[in-house]
Parts: sequence; structure tokens; C-alpha cells
Amino acid sequence: MSGRIVGISGPTVSVELPGLCLYERVGVGHAGLMGEVVRLEKERAIVQVYESTRGLALGEPVTGTGAQLTVRLGPGLLNQMFDGLQRPLVRMQDAQGPFMQPGSAYAAPLPLEALRFVPIRRPGDELRAGEAVGYVEEGPFRHCITVDGPAGILHSVADGECPADAPLAVLEDGREITAWHEWPARVPRPYRRKLAALEPLVTGQRCIDFLFPLARGGSAIFPGGFGTGKTLLEQSIAKFADVDIVVYVGCGERGNEMAEMLDDFAALEDPWSKRPLMSRTLVVVNTSNMPVAAREASIYTAVTLAEYYRDQGCHVLLLADSLSRWAEALREISSALEEMPGEEGYPTYLASRMAGFFARAGVVETLGGAIGSLTVLLSVSPPGGDFTEPVTQACLRNTGAFFMLDTALAHRRHFPAIHWFQSYSLYETEVAAQLDRQVAPDWSALRNETRALLQREERLREVAEIVGTEGLQDADRLLMRATERIRREFLAQNAYTEDAFSTPAQTHARIREILEWHREAAARLAKGGRLEDVLAAPPALPPA
Amino acid sequence: MRLSRHSYSSLRSIQGPLVFVEHVLEARMGEVVTIVFPDGRETEGEVLRIERDTVLIQVVGDSRGLDMERTRIVFTDSVKRAPLSLAALNRVFSGSFQPLDGLPMFVPEAWAPVAGQPMNPVARARPQEMIETGFSTIDGLNTLVKGQKLPIFSCAGLPAREIAAGILEHARAGPGEGAGGAAASVVVFVALGLAQHDYAYYRQTLERVRGEFVAFINLAKDPVVERLLAPRFGLTVAEYLAFEHGRDVLVVITDMTNYCDALREVSTAREELPGRRGYPGYLYSDLASLYERAGRIKQRLGSVTLLPVVTMPEDDITHPIPDLTGYITEGQLVLSRELHQRGIFPPVDVLPSLSRLMQQGIGPGRSRKDHRAIANALYVHYAEGRDLRRLEAIVGREGVGERDRHMLDFAEAFEREIVHQGGARRGIGETLDLSSALLARFGLRQP
Repeated sequence: MSGRIVGISGPTVSVELPGLCLYERVGVGHAGLMGEVVRLEKERAIVQVYESTRGLALGEPVTGTGAQLTVRLGPGLLNQMFDGLQRPLVRMQDAQGPFMQPGSAYAAPLPLEALRFVPIRRPGDELRAGEAVGYVEEGPFRHCITVDGPAGILHSVADGECPADAPLAVLEDGREITAWHEWPARVPRPYRRKLAALEPLVTGQRCIDFLFPLARGGSAIFPGGFGTGKTLLEQSIAKFADVDIVVYVGCGERGNEMAEMLDDFAALEDPWSKRPLMSRTLVVVNTSNMPVAAREASIYTAVTLAEYYRDQGCHVLLLADSLSRWAEALREISSALEEMPGEEGYPTYLASRMAGFFARAGVVETLGGAIGSLTVLLSVSPPGGDFTEPVTQACLRNTGAFFMLDTALAHRRHFPAIHWFQSYSLYETEVAAQLDRQVAPDWSALRNETRALLQREERLREVAEIVGTEGLQDADRLLMRATERIRREFLAQNAYTEDAFSTPAQTHARIREILEWHREAAARLAKGGRLEDVLAAPPALPPA
Repeated sequence: MRLSRHSYSSLRSIQGPLVFVEHVLEARMGEVVTIVFPDGRETEGEVLRIERDTVLIQVVGDSRGLDMERTRIVFTDSVKRAPLSLAALNRVFSGSFQPLDGLPMFVPEAWAPVAGQPMNPVARARPQEMIETGFSTIDGLNTLVKGQKLPIFSCAGLPAREIAAGILEHARAGPGEGAGGAAASVVVFVALGLAQHDYAYYRQTLERVRGEFVAFINLAKDPVVERLLAPRFGLTVAEYLAFEHGRDVLVVITDMTNYCDALREVSTAREELPGRRGYPGYLYSDLASLYERAGRIKQRLGSVTLLPVVTMPEDDITHPIPDLTGYITEGQLVLSRELHQRGIFPPVDVLPSLSRLMQQGIGPGRSRKDHRAIANALYVHYAEGRDLRRLEAIVGREGVGERDRHMLDFAEAFEREIVHQGGARRGIGETLDLSSALLARFGLRQP
């Protein structure tokens, strides 16, 4: 099926090609740029092109593929870096050099190397939908090969070394099971049922784990103006989070930062499994100068990859930096399509698209009966640092936790600059009950005590603004010294030192030490000790 | 590829810098056209949009004198490309790459599309070699590294010009590189909408630059559309010098606010939906297509470092231009009106300033072992002193406690002795020695 280009406007192209479907993938121009049909009219179709349209000429050919924008799923994805359309960046670099050339849309998305398949079922066995036939080992990861579609009887099954695209098993009704399959990026993958999010997801960040805990299968955003440390926090969490698989999306962000991150990650190991960090990581990168339409698609590519691992029974964390760039890409495309704009020029379907995206997070019982979870953690870059803008507001309605990054804290070089009064987590009660059991029975009690101290400090600060700290009572000055220790030694965490990662036990020990020091000092003060002596006394444990 | 150049005079309308032409066959997006005026003059244009056989063209240069009947549009079948050669060194060009220095145009060795191609993220090398600018507030506290993009956020009336000139004159590769670092470096200077007196100032600065330079000058009186083109020429030349000839290129663009205003002007003429403050919705992507061209490539010599100057309208850092710039660049240097009024030069307010790539560029082998500790100590104590100024404003200096007064004095001394340096150049060693002496004088530990 072939037609021709009749109009070009920014990233969208109108084409004359009858028989196209909505969201069908098409090849545009002599170079074969990848595009997606976004609107159909009587005489023409509007195609959103995922690459730069510069140099494209009127009358160049357009071909339909009959397929939607899909993600290729199977063993061999880990330790890879893709662009927003799942093209492997390392292979693109080998083929094209350091600069990305347009029109390589149909390059094979992945190296198809031979697999080692280990069958666990035999011919004649009955397989239910979603049940595993066997597995492929991908590094330390055991990759289940499952049946898609209805149940069937196994007819034949392979064993050992197989070519990547050969069928690994055949059912009696003639269906072939391959290691790889394609899944449309914009369609959520199926599961048996959703479960409640109750288990804590340890991030290694004391402020989050202790004050605003995150649940597996939950979703959270952290909005912050520029320079508030969004990317650094996101990367720290990607390094240290207690999950099986991390999918990291650099969506419309800086190329140099991605280079730094890839460099860092290659040298680090997962603190939980002690294996190389990249062996559990998948990176999707669409930097801010890469085409805008691919930026819009990158989030969907990534969430589909993440869901695939969830369906393998893994705990998956999807990190995206930043959702605002995705929303802006949506706005840019909407504007090129001349749609009616909503608030601040964003299309009116922004909120529903986002709700649909966040709904893909959760703990699920997979089709095969395993438990997997997908946690979504996104940074938001509100223009001017103003949280009343549409993207932040739409997120707040759909996510369970909100870590607000504060410019004033960042200017004081307090990182992570999470504001301890404005932030919240809806998972707090359930998760804290788990942590009381898993880490220490006084976890929740200590958290409440810390909160109370910080709140008291906030009020004292207002007084101190007027009378000066020396005008305060001794007990209050002691309290301010204690909260200063909480802020400097507990809430702040230097991402460039060993302190970047803190286990729940370490977190607990550290806050307990500070609070005990405060209680002891307050007792001595009450007995008539001088504040100077009390403060001069060494703390029970040396601060780390 | 088309075989011949197509020429049309079927104009449908002319609106400011935009021309609609009808009955065009096979126009190309971004194609360069030559516009022939009724009086024989020629200027360039670019294809912006194609709708069937109607083509929207943006005129580069003055569109005054165009008419509907006799104007001819010649399609060239090629996107805008920049001529490249080492012969461009030490030359001054206009915003449309015409020589301004009276010498003839050089013979190009190569051509490259001005829009550039995005760098593959896995091909990027991590920026980690310090550039010594000679300013303590930058080198000591917000270190610039090769391949970084670090804007100067200025306000109307603040000496961003003098700082940019100081960096042009004094910047050299860090001490870890040995003394010969300056020889390999090239400055690409792009002026957008420059006033005549500023132009004279920068011309003098360029004459003092010891290394090589290439300048693109678009004056305030020059065509607005050229302002969109000049930075792309500058960056294309910079990429060529860096990645083909292994030079360390420092690109200074002043003033990005004029660039954004030009973009807004053209966008409005195209009747696009305006975004914040009338700027087009794609301002972020457009700025990114410039800023992201800074960087280094693995296994290649050379680097492109970008230092754009942004004048914040109404001194407002949340204005779309500085805001979007800050989201793309790796930090920012913020100038303060208050410091300037107190006679401090350079008036860099270090608290909102930031260099994101600093951590990699400093420390043993790059600057000095104690660099990080000194910088952190200065930040923490200065921030405390600055916070106390608000208290001082309410209760007066007498009402402030003794320790707080000490911190107030420290903040004052920091501004007078470290931030302020007048016209003198300070090496990184000197900056760190002075800072460490200041901390010691106030009995402040280096955490």
C-alpha cells in the first residue's frame, strides 16, 4: 500500500493513502521516517512523524504497515539503551556514528542472538493461558516463555540452543510460541486481577522511606523547579531501590546528564543483589533535542517494557524524567493538529491520558498466577516552579505520593530537597505497619516524634525571626539544635558519597540516635543543666 | 532529487516576513529559496509549511519592496547549510554568514545542514574537564566544564557583557591540562540583536582574545529572522571545529532573549497558537535544539561548551525564557542587582547559581583536593549569613545574637573578598587559597 505526501507542517504530515487505520504505523518519504496515523479524514490522513521532517518533500511516497506502534518484547532487553521508539542506541551509533540520522525506522530493533531455552513442560501437557512452557536465561534473570491467548495442548517443544526467531514450542491447534512478540505500546497488557499496594518499596532515601514511604505498585511524582535536584534524586532511586527491574526513561532531558548516568550505572552494582546495576536496568532515552513525537511515544514504550517484566512476576520500578516534557510534546503535537487548546495550551485530553498512564501501575496477579508489581515514579518540571499548573495538578489527582522539591532548600544545598511539610504519601499507614514489623516496632513512633519536632521547630523559627535565636528559651534552643541535626544528618543525604544509600535498619538507627540524644539532653536541661554544657556533651554516637 | 531549479511568481499573499506561493511542485520542508525582488535584489527564504501546492515561505532579511506580480521565488532543492572551513577562523560574519570584515568569502571545504543532528546519547562523553574562567564565583563555586552549557542570567543594566568579555579573554583549560590549554581553544561569538555600542565593546574584546575566534554579528537594526539563523551557523561551525578538527570551542551567545523574541515574532506572523507570554508552545524544543548541541564525543578530541547570556525581562527568573533555559542547561549563573549596586564585580549571586557538572570537574587531578570541601563550606555559611540578614532588618544589628552577628560579618566579607574581584583574573589556586583563608579567619570549619 503506497500513497504520497500532500502537506507538511512541523512534525505532522498529511498523506493521501486510502485504507489506513487510526494509530497505524507508516513509513514516510524516501528515507522511510517512522510515523503514526493520528487523524483520518475523507481524502487524507494526518501522520505524526517520529523524526525530523526537515528536507521532506511534497509527493514523496508513504507506505502503510498494517500494524500499530509496537514494542518488541522478549529476552535480551536488559542492559540495553533504546530511543523512544525502542531502537537500540549502541547499534545506531555503530551504524551511523555519533550523530543520529533520520530514517532508520525499520532497522531491526534488537540483536537477534541465539537463545538457550530450557523447557519445563512436555508434549501432551495442557497449558492454560499465561502459563510458562519453559524459560530462557538472560544473565541472572530467568525469563519465562508463556502462552498468549487461550489454553491448548502442547504438541512439541524445543530444548537448548535455538535461533531467536524460531518457535520454541508448538501447540496442537497449530499456534507457535516464540521467545519474542510484539505488543502495541498504547494498549495496557492484560493480567488476572489487581491487588492492593501494601508492601514497602525501599528507595534508600531516608526522607522518603521514613517520612513519606512508597508502596510497591504505587505511583508518586516529585515536582520541582530547575536546580532542585529532580534528576539526581531520580537517579539515586534508580540505583538503590529494592526492586528486580528498573526502567528509566530520560524524556526530553539533557544529553550530558544521560551520558553521566550511563557512565555511573556501568560502574555500579545493585546494593541488594550485588550484581552489576545495568543487569537489572533498561534505559529509554529521548533527549530534548531528539524529535518531539518520539518523546511523546517514549513513555508508552517504557511502560510497556515495564509491564512485560511485571508479567514475568517481577517487581518493576518505572522512573521517568520528566513527565512535563511528555505533556509538552503532547501539546506541541496537538497544536500542530490545530486542536482546540485547553488550559495553558495543553489539549483537553491531557488529564485523561495521564490518568490512563498512571492506571498502568499497580500490583497484579499475572495471567500465569504470579505476583508482579509496577511502581511509577515521575518527576515533573512545573514552569516557573509554580505547582498550580495543569500537569502537576492532573498528577495530584492520580498519584499516591507527592514529594515536593523546594527551591529554598536546594539553594541551601539541602539535598534531596524534599519539603517535609508539603509532601505526603497516601501509602503511609499501610506501609508503616509493615515497617514496624519488618524493621523495628518503634518505626512509626519515631516518625511521629520526628514530625512533631519539625513542626515545633517551624513555629519556633517564626518566633526566632523576631526575637533572634538567643531570645528563645533553653529547651526550645535545644529543640532547634536537635532539628538541625535531623535536617543535616538525617534528612539530607549526599548523593556523591557512601551516604547516598541507607537501608531501613541504618535509617532507623540514625534517627533513633538523634532522638535519644535530644531526649537525654532535654532531661539534663530539666534537671537544671546549663544549655552550653548540654550541647557541649558529645552525642551518644558520633554522627556519621 | 530534482533536476533543475524551479522558479515561481504565483504569490498568494505577503504578510510581513511571510510569503505564500501557490502552484508549487515538490517543495521540500526547510528548503532554501532565493527571493528575487522586482528591482533585481536577492534575498533568502526558507520553506516553513506545505499544504498541497501552497507553500509558506519565511523571508530572511527585509521583505520591504516585495510585490505580488513581479517577485520571483526560486526553489533550490536543498535545506539551509553552512559553509565550513578552517579559513573561517578570525573572521567576522553577519547573521546570514556574509563577511563583515571587508575580506572576501572563504572557499568552503565542507557544507553541513545548520539544523544539526541530535547527538546519540550513548556517543556522548561525560564532561569532566574544568575550564578556568578567571572568576572566583564560577571557578570556585560553580565550575564550568568542557562540553557544558551554562547560561548567565542577567537583568537589564547588569554587567553581563563585562563578564562574558572576561570569560572570552581569560578562559583556559584547567590546571590539570598543563599551561598550553589555551592554544587549542577557539571562541565562537554569536551576537543577536546587539546594540551598536555593545558591538563596539565586543569588537575590542575580540581583538584582545589571544586564541582564535569566529564571530557572527546580528545587530539590532538587522533582520529579525537572521537572529534565528545566526546561532545555528555559530553552532554548526563550532561542531565542525570541535569534532572534525579537535578544538575546544567555547560558544558565547548574547542575548538569547532577543532570539526568543524573534521566534515569537515569526510564530505570531505564522498565526500559531501562542503559549506562555505569547511565546510559541515549542519554545522549549527550539531552545533545546540549540543548547543540546554542546557536548563531547567519546574517542574524539574537541568539545563544544556553550555560554548563552539571557537577560531576564523584569528581573523575573520565572519568565519563560530563563525558566525554559534553566530546564535545559546544566545550571545557571545568576547576577544580582543588589550586589551590583554595592559595587561588587562580578555580581554573581552564588545561592541561586549552580553548575550541575561541577562535581565531576573538580577534585584531585582536576582542580585541587580540597576544592569540594571549601566550596561546600562557603555555601553553607554564606547561606546562613544571608538568612540572618532578614532578621537583622527587623531587629537591627544590636538585636542580633553574637554568633549570628559573626555569620553576618562572614557573609559580608565573603561578598567583598571572594565574590568581588574587580577586573583582576584569579587562578583556581588563588581562589581556593583566599577562600580557605577567609574561612579560617572566621573560625569556620570545612565540613
